Amino acid sequence: MSDDMKVVEDLTQSEYKWGFITDIDADEAPKGLNEDIIRFISNKKNEPEWMTEWRLKAFKHWLTMKEPKWPNVKYPDVDFQDIKYYSAPKKKPELESLDQVDPELLKTFEKLGIPMDEQKKLTGVAMDVVFDSVSVATTFKETLNEKGIIFCSISDAIKNHPELVKKYIGSVVPYTDNYYAALNSAVFSDGSFVYIPKGVRCPMELSTYFRINASETGQFERTLLIADEESYVSYLEGCTAPMRDENQLHAAVVELISMDNAEIKYSTVQNWYPGDKEGKGGIYNFVTKRGVCHTNSKISWTQVETGSAVTWKYPGCILKGDNSVGEFYSVAVTNHHQQADTGTKMIHLGKNTKSTIISKGISAGKSQNSYRGLVKIGKNADNSRNFSQCDSMLMGDRCGAHTFPYLEIENQSAQVEHEATTSKVGEDQIFYLNQRGISTEDAINLIVNGFCKEVFNELPMEFAVEAQKLLAISLEGSVG
Amino acid sequence: MGTENKELKEWYKDQFVKFEKRLNGHSKSFMQKYRVESLKKFDEFELPNMKNEEWKYTNVRPIFKHNFRPAVLAEKVEVTRQLVDKKLYKQFDCNVMVFVNGQFEPAFSKLDCLPEGVLVDSLEKVLHIIPELVENKITKLSATENSFNALNGAFALDGAFIYVPAGKIVEKPIQVLFLGGSKTDDVLIQPRNLIIAEESAQVSVIANYQPIDSDKYFTNIITEVYAGKNSIIDLYKIQNEGSESYHVEKMDVHQDETSVFSHYSLSFGGSIVRNDVNSTLDGEHIECNLFGLYLGNNDQHVDNHTFIDHAKPNCVSNELYKGILDGKSRGVFNGKVMVREDAQKTLAYQSNKTVLLSDHSRIDTKPQLEIFADDVKCSHGATVGHLDDQAYFYIRSRGVPSDIAKSMLIRAFVSDVFEKIKITELRDQINRLIFEHLQRVEI
Repeated sequence: MSDDMKVVEDLTQSEYKWGFITDIDADEAPKGLNEDIIRFISNKKNEPEWMTEWRLKAFKHWLTMKEPKWPNVKYPDVDFQDIKYYSAPKKKPELESLDQVDPELLKTFEKLGIPMDEQKKLTGVAMDVVFDSVSVATTFKETLNEKGIIFCSISDAIKNHPELVKKYIGSVVPYTDNYYAALNSAVFSDGSFVYIPKGVRCPMELSTYFRINASETGQFERTLLIADEESYVSYLEGCTAPMRDENQLHAAVVELISMDNAEIKYSTVQNWYPGDKEGKGGIYNFVTKRGVCHTNSKISWTQVETGSAVTWKYPGCILKGDNSVGEFYSVAVTNHHQQADTGTKMIHLGKNTKSTIISKGISAGKSQNSYRGLVKIGKNADNSRNFSQCDSMLMGDRCGAHTFPYLEIENQSAQVEHEATTSKVGEDQIFYLNQRGISTEDAINLIVNGFCKEVFNELPMEFAVEAQKLLAISLEGSVG
Repeated sequence: MGTENKELKEWYKDQFVKFEKRLNGHSKSFMQKYRVESLKKFDEFELPNMKNEEWKYTNVRPIFKHNFRPAVLAEKVEVTRQLVDKKLYKQFDCNVMVFVNGQFEPAFSKLDCLPEGVLVDSLEKVLHIIPELVENKITKLSATENSFNALNGAFALDGAFIYVPAGKIVEKPIQVLFLGGSKTDDVLIQPRNLIIAEESAQVSVIANYQPIDSDKYFTNIITEVYAGKNSIIDLYKIQNEGSESYHVEKMDVHQDETSVFSHYSLSFGGSIVRNDVNSTLDGEHIECNLFGLYLGNNDQHVDNHTFIDHAKPNCVSNELYKGILDGKSRGVFNGKVMVREDAQKTLAYQSNKTVLLSDHSRIDTKPQLEIFADDVKCSHGATVGHLDDQAYFYIRSRGVPSDIAKSMLIRAFVSDVFEKIKITELRDQINRLIFEHLQRVEI
């Protein structure tokens, strides 16, 4: 076993592969947070008065709140006055073709493995690339326009579709929801906005790559996705970030609205800088994600979380309408000194609502990985059904795996099942594979991939491949 | 809330002064120091409230709305032998200890067939005659964590004391009957129990909590259990307090290597009930079994908290809690299993299953795993549901009346906890309690 352990150790010691800094002039706000900064951000983005007011209300509320301390993670206090709340690439190109884009930027995408032109031509994925808070280019807009689909940055949406934004923003995650949601509501810089009209099935997977750049810039994304009656959309979100020494704060808010008979599939691959082997640096990822399901609708969250020094997020579903369905599939990998406290909330309010939770946690090195989930069956949620499965895998004897499920059941016709297991990579499994000539390195890779398979199966094709790669990189270094 | 707390704290502080006067002679003992410290803590602590994660689902305000009078300061309640006989579990041979409102009643007790060296007596008396036996153990395990613990500590005086020296086996179970309630006062009953099993000792204890009549009273217990190397302890708790009463117990168990501790928590009565069972597995090859059955009806609130701390390698823990909730009752289960960094080769299983029988019943369950070692096998599961429709249909289609069919399913549901009870004679009596409590046809 000591040999195996050594291989595991060698592999898990690998440095962050995708760390680099892009040198682009940013149009920045000074450090600190006050009403003037919020007005500055709002003004920079030419926002209407109601938006500025909303931000200020959120800010005032935020001031009355205390930073939550209940998650099972430890990190030094965040100095909210030491963060720049706005940073945009100075040359905002309003371009029609990629040739006009800053070549520096294109290089970054190339390093990330997202050659835009190829993406555009070959994969059929429309990309709304968010580079440091401002959308730089949007592709495939026309194809989407034909169908009446709106896919743009949220700042554009505020300008061009104020009635939709006004109606839905804050309707699922109000600014009073929690500390970081309030902060986000006050200072959000940009994000994506999607509206799928009635009866439309979005012909392609919508995708956004977020990227944090410019030192000391907290990024506050705001995503609003509305699927009108009988529509369908699959949305992908993926992230990588450069290597930094200071901890960077990321507090995003994602709101999904699934109207009657609609379906939303929301997939995330998160691979921000997790800090180095000693736990220095890395991103703080405090995210509020929530969706509301109306009658007969469905929301499915899939996430692969490999990055960030501290992750703290619970994508949830409010199953408001009868017969609505919520799903949550998650793989969370922590290594070195990473900490993750993640899970979901399934709130059953309507009759015959169903939810499924599959969560796989892998911890290695000195990391801590927690699953925290809530399943609530309301008084009127007759015949609702939930199944949860939370498995953890431990690699190394200095890491931790924790499970905190909360089950609150108020209806007798409900059926709720929760199960969790914790184990390590089986020595017999490694031996079996070794025996067939597969190196320990590959064997572990195989076993881990098998462990996560249920979740990867839920990812769209393009993402499944990337997710497996990320998993291999965060755990096993060069093994692909 | 603030002023209310202040009044309440003043009330108990006032009671403490009266209590101290009655203790004459004890004032310099270590117990008295502990009492004073506990009272100080009671004064400092915030009362448990729902903002506190440990009390998230249990509102204890009704308990603190009342000024209960510590039973020692209340008028002594006389009970008859007939009543005692009625309340005891019978049909099997056992040693008997009887406590009325927390005070030992030697006249009703029967402790004549214990092996030599085994000491079963009232804590108060043992504190008088061999204080060192108590002093080494008591309060060492149970940290004062909240207002309830502090309140018990402040008025700690009597309780069951069971000491089994090395190598001794107590063959007949020891049944400890706690009777509570008073016509003249709302009494506060606070037994302080201490069970010590030395190396290779074996003992089986049945703690039987019952009301004298239907009065309002509050039982607040701390039980400390020491399981020495290689010892075996079976501890049954059958809580069937009056429907108006409140019941809070904290049990702290310390296990040494190769010991086996099994706890059977059977919860029937009480209006607000909270059971805490904490076990520290401080040695290798330990086995810890926690089994529980909780039944709720009417407006009952039953809260079970368990914590198993795997501190050393190669231990096994088993946990199975099952509940049936009817009427407007609420159940809470919080089971925590901790596996410390070096506790390799740990096996920990935990399961919590609840059946909701009515539209207004409710369960909040939270099984928790915290694991810091990699070579372990741990699992937990929780299910909530109603009686199986298909099974019910199957039985009904064979011509079985509805109420009997339901009783059959209830019986089947509880059977796996039920079968764990080693004293077979006890099972029938428990079975009757289950159906009595749920007001259903007994089968």
